[in-house]
Amino acid sequence: MTAGRGQGRTALAYLSPALLVLVALLGYPVYQLVVISFFDYGQEQVSGGAPLEFLGLGNYSALLGSAKFWSVLGQTVAFAAVCVLGTLVVGAALAVLATRVRPWARTCLFLAALGAWATPAVAGSTIWLFLFDANFGLVNTVLGLDGFSWTYGKWTAFGLVAAEVVWCSFPFVMITLYAGIRAIPAEVLEAAALDGASTRRAARSVVLPLLRPLLIVVTIQSIIWDFKVFTQVYVMTGGGGIAGRNLVLNVYAYQEAFAASEYGLGAAIGVVTTLILLAITVFYLRALRRSGEVL
Amino acid sequence: MRKWLAGVAVVALAAGCAPVQSGPATSGTDETTGQLRVWLFDEVNRTAKEKVVQEAVAEFQGKHAGVTVDVQYIQVQSRAERFKAAFSDPGSAPDVAEFGNTDLAGYVAAGGFADLTADVAAWDEGKDLVPGVLDTAKVGGKVHGVPWYVGVRALYYRTDVFTELGVQPPSTLDEIAPLARRIRAAKPELLGISVGGKYVYGALPFVWANGGDIATKSGDKYTAAIDSPQAKAGIAKYAELLRDDICPPAQCAGNGGDASVENFRGGKAAMTIGGDFNRKSVDASAAAGKYGVVPLPGKDPGSVAPAFSGGNLLGVLSGTKRRTLAGDFVELLAGKRYQRKMYDAMGNLPTFTDVQRVVADADPFLKPFTTTLAAGTRFVPVTPSWAKIDAQAVLPTMLQEIATGGKDVDTAATSAADAMNAAFTS
Repeated sequence: MTAGRGQGRTALAYLSPALLVLVALLGYPVYQLVVISFFDYGQEQVSGGAPLEFLGLGNYSALLGSAKFWSVLGQTVAFAAVCVLGTLVVGAALAVLATRVRPWARTCLFLAALGAWATPAVAGSTIWLFLFDANFGLVNTVLGLDGFSWTYGKWTAFGLVAAEVVWCSFPFVMITLYAGIRAIPAEVLEAAALDGASTRRAARSVVLPLLRPLLIVVTIQSIIWDFKVFTQVYVMTGGGGIAGRNLVLNVYAYQEAFAASEYGLGAAIGVVTTLILLAITVFYLRALRRSGEVL
Repeated sequence: MRKWLAGVAVVALAAGCAPVQSGPATSGTDETTGQLRVWLFDEVNRTAKEKVVQEAVAEFQGKHAGVTVDVQYIQVQSRAERFKAAFSDPGSAPDVAEFGNTDLAGYVAAGGFADLTADVAAWDEGKDLVPGVLDTAKVGGKVHGVPWYVGVRALYYRTDVFTELGVQPPSTLDEIAPLARRIRAAKPELLGISVGGKYVYGALPFVWANGGDIATKSGDKYTAAIDSPQAKAGIAKYAELLRDDICPPAQCAGNGGDASVENFRGGKAAMTIGGDFNRKSVDASAAAGKYGVVPLPGKDPGSVAPAFSGGNLLGVLSGTKRRTLAGDFVELLAGKRYQRKMYDAMGNLPTFTDVQRVVADADPFLKPFTTTLAAGTRFVPVTPSWAKIDAQAVLPTMLQEIATGGKDVDTAATSAADAMNAAFTS
């Protein structure tokens, strides 16, 4: 017991620098976010033109009571699901492809992927808009769809943004999984082959279980990224699409709260988003643990 | 360990249970020397603006020994962030700033701009300011800025197309849709009239001309009136333009004012609603030399639809340490002489009755705009809630919902009114 206590202290001493940084950079802002979400905190209050008013859960009840919030939330979940699925499928397929092709082809693939990855979100979105421009876009010229507006319809606009999100986020999945596949010892695969396993069987029973920890990481990362997507939607649909039908949670929060200087309400949306993401992550990890996997 | 953590939590809670607020933004000092900081908006043709401003700065520095004027040009798009930061931290704020009149109510509620009522009353040029324009600088009856220039919109049309088809510019608001439809039928490559689902200042004259309004005021509270029968009649008239046979929603629903004028500039539209401030860009476009401008007609022949009186003001920030100097600089730069120079350099419409008359007599192009101004202009509700309604895109959403067929006029106007009332009461 005493030894355990001593060890705990030593561990704490070693962890304290990291802990200090985390508390300062993460803990304090989160604390402020939660506090602000309990107040009517607008520009008047920030600059001292009006007194602070404590609302308690007022911002939350206003938020959860609004039908628009729920429809935007549903839209966000569906949009994020499509993006995550697309990113994982494209990323995994190309990672497998990269292990099968010759070095020069692999180099080309990686360079192209890194290009997409390195492009800033605003620049990428704008370039995609040029490509899909109704009158002058390359895509419409090639497809002979002159004058067709991709950003007008709700579903074409969402599809276009989802494609752009997949385009700029698949390289992370691809490179991570490629590294994971490469790290699988050749002996293991050889042994499976000697035991008579087909390629498909080896992939399912050997490669996939070995890759699972990596898959978990990239899935959670993708969920968090795609749930919080802002730039692509904001730039490509002009701030949420025609009549706001392409709004996702982050753009909605920006429009309702920050552009309108309702920081209290904005903080409440931030807290709710954080809780939802935490819930998704915890649920996903527990589901995995139940199926017998330990992270 | 547990106790230690609990202790930290208690300290953290005690350290600040409330979010930060900066103190009241008045400094109480009035220095007569030092640096006067000025924020003006950046422009596409800034060199022209800069030249006039530098002239004013030189004159001001010549009159006030020991004073330097530092002018910074800020981006219109990021103005909200810049001003919010300036109000939250008076130390980094300018003494004098240019700002849009629709932002005024929010800025004043934030405690950002000083009361200039007494200054304007004591100023010999103050009495010549156009009363309707000066009203856009008032919050609760107090003047918080000097109108520097105004902008109003009128109907631009292509003279060559009209001559070819043998048609006349519309004489009533209700004539616009049939005329635009007829032009597009004859010339399918042209939009009958280029308008947009986000072009609120293009749509509001339709509402006002039909006797409607955005909101009505009783006491100091606003109530949305956008769902009144008159307002809905106006909205319906405007939404009728956003149809495939005039301005197809797929092309037009996402357009604001700039994009609407851009179609006209590109020679792709027979008409558009544009401002006096759009003239220079239209003169440098495919439509140059073959367009005319008339006031946007009202309900009855010969009448003018009330236009939105946009424009920019010069104000003094309440946190300034050089209140007198700042007020003097505003009166110099927003005064008659420099407004005239700004008109010559930028084409900005002056805010003084007499200066307006002089420039309009010299330049027939301005006639439709001064006629529109003289016929009476309208404004958006003067309340900080307007910034919220604007940021939440309440009116564009309403117009777009109707244009895309998502909602009919009644439903869309009702939900817009609900959203506005929620903002007015929050």
